[in-house]
Amino acid sequence: MDISRRDLFKVGGKLLMLASVGATLEQITGAEPASDAYNMADHWWGMIIDIDACIGCGNCVRACSSENGVPKGYFRTWVERYQIEEGKQPRVESPDGAMEGFTPSTREDVKSFFVPKLCNHCADSPCVQVCPVGATFVSPDGVVLVDETYCLGCRYCVQACPYGCRYLHPQKQTVDKCTLCYHRITRGLTTACCENCPTGARLLVDFKNPKDPVHEILRSNKVEVLKPYMATQAKVYYKNLDGAVR
Amino acid sequence: MIPGVDGFMYPNEVELQWSVLIVLYPYITGLVAGAFILASLERVFKVDAVRPTYRLALLTALAFLLVAPLPLQLHLGHPERSLEMYLTPHTSSAMAMFGFVYLWYLTVVLLLEIWLEYRAEIVGLAQTTTGITRFIYRALTLGSYDVSPEARRIDDKVGYAVTVIGIPSAFLLHGYVGFIFGSVKANPWWSTPLMPIVFLFSAMVSGIAAVMVLYVVSSKLRKVAIDMRCLDTIARYLFYTFVIDFTLEMLDLVHRTYEADESFRSLDFMVHTRLWFSQVILQIILGTLIPLALLAANQLWRFTEGRRKAMYMTAGGLTLIGIFAMRWNVVIGGQLFSKSFLGYTTYKMEMVTREGLLPAIALMVLPFVIFLVLIKLLPPWQEGKARQA
Repeated sequence: MDISRRDLFKVGGKLLMLASVGATLEQITGAEPASDAYNMADHWWGMIIDIDACIGCGNCVRACSSENGVPKGYFRTWVERYQIEEGKQPRVESPDGAMEGFTPSTREDVKSFFVPKLCNHCADSPCVQVCPVGATFVSPDGVVLVDETYCLGCRYCVQACPYGCRYLHPQKQTVDKCTLCYHRITRGLTTACCENCPTGARLLVDFKNPKDPVHEILRSNKVEVLKPYMATQAKVYYKNLDGAVR
Repeated sequence: MIPGVDGFMYPNEVELQWSVLIVLYPYITGLVAGAFILASLERVFKVDAVRPTYRLALLTALAFLLVAPLPLQLHLGHPERSLEMYLTPHTSSAMAMFGFVYLWYLTVVLLLEIWLEYRAEIVGLAQTTTGITRFIYRALTLGSYDVSPEARRIDDKVGYAVTVIGIPSAFLLHGYVGFIFGSVKANPWWSTPLMPIVFLFSAMVSGIAAVMVLYVVSSKLRKVAIDMRCLDTIARYLFYTFVIDFTLEMLDLVHRTYEADESFRSLDFMVHTRLWFSQVILQIILGTLIPLALLAANQLWRFTEGRRKAMYMTAGGLTLIGIFAMRWNVVIGGQLFSKSFLGYTTYKMEMVTREGLLPAIALMVLPFVIFLVLIKLLPPWQEGKARQA
């Protein structure tokens, strides 16, 4: 292969820049550069999920998988179906992460509902705390990301996540997880799962935007995060969350 | 239904992340810490009876310590990046900080103590041997050839100081391994402040048992008489540490059972099903109660020499199996249940893959190979030799 001197300088220059300033967020997430108008310090991202609105169609799982190239058998987002019979242990299922939705239940004697799950983008994230090299971190705009050029693949973060949101990418051999579609939200778009939800059960929110509907939702609804006793400062809030959900 | 899964697991939880290699890691580190603490009994606490095992214990500790990082290295998705833990450590990570604890222990404590202990002999060998052996010993002298009584006195003083520093370092080394697990709040099977102290005492138990077994086996192979005063003393210390270790583990069990928090039903079910053999049969009955009974019997009654040796060897062997089972139950057991507490998965050990059974066996054999090289290079046999003042 012939490499011109010009190419050599280009590659060398890039390597020098990477070495001196570290990889940028765009390189980490594989995203196009964010628009010039985007200022990380102006945002603090999260999500509102309305349990009563979710119909368990699995659109979000399919959209996420296709948008982010999620390997088969692993999930950046998934949907669980809870069926709770009085006085009994809840029956929970998530066949293939609900990639194809659920078979309809005919049982009338149980309380049944769907719970979409994803990384909670915790502000006090246990996964960030335990990473031995700081490859996983909270971005200035509140998104928990993994630098795949730096991750050792030790999987301590997978153990530390209370919500089961992380996995080892079988090809990359680095840890992978929901990026809250960072490549989209930094360009003014919403996440693939929110975009494809037919009932609006998922809503990307920006806590730093005073005009964001999140403020009204939090003010006028009973909301809860998953496993609040873990004190992770999760930023995925659930409307109408049943106490049985784990 | 997913094969091997009962109930509900979060979809990403079905696959276990930490394999048998991560079981080896605390097991091997525990042997290091335990062996060193046995060595320090003679050096610092003046338990003269265990003198014949002093050097043996140090070399055992070194052989295992050199292998300790290998299972981790083999387990990493990107082993070529492992040096980043030293170059750009994330200070809030227990795992990152362990790298420094390990380096401190290896270089400042163990290598230094062994070098000081053997220095005079290394100098002697550097002057009497020839060829490649001479080259090795000359390198090991590090250019220091002064073995005058004054120099030896300084060696001994510094060696003593290093051992004194070494005891808390050994505690730190293995207590810290316990902290790596005990600090994971997402996992109730691991998350307990007792974890570092349980790991520490189980480390002492396994290290003392390993040196005891190695002492008997090496004496048999060399066809020299076993110093029964030494063996009885090691067995007594093994008994004491084992009682503390067992008490701590039972305290943990009683506490969990009595408190019976949200995770209890799930963990209790796991112990009664998937962990029944490794926890109840191997760890508690075979690996703890039987060796404890054998060691306790020797504190109560006097047996013949032959019977004592047999009892100690049985107790030592079972203890080593029991502590391995304990590490297995912590590492593998901690991943068999869902963090939703609604289901269980299965660990399918692979055979010849990178994290399979074969590499695990190789990694357990390797310390013994290193140990053989070490005793060839630095003979630890001390028959009839008292410590020089």
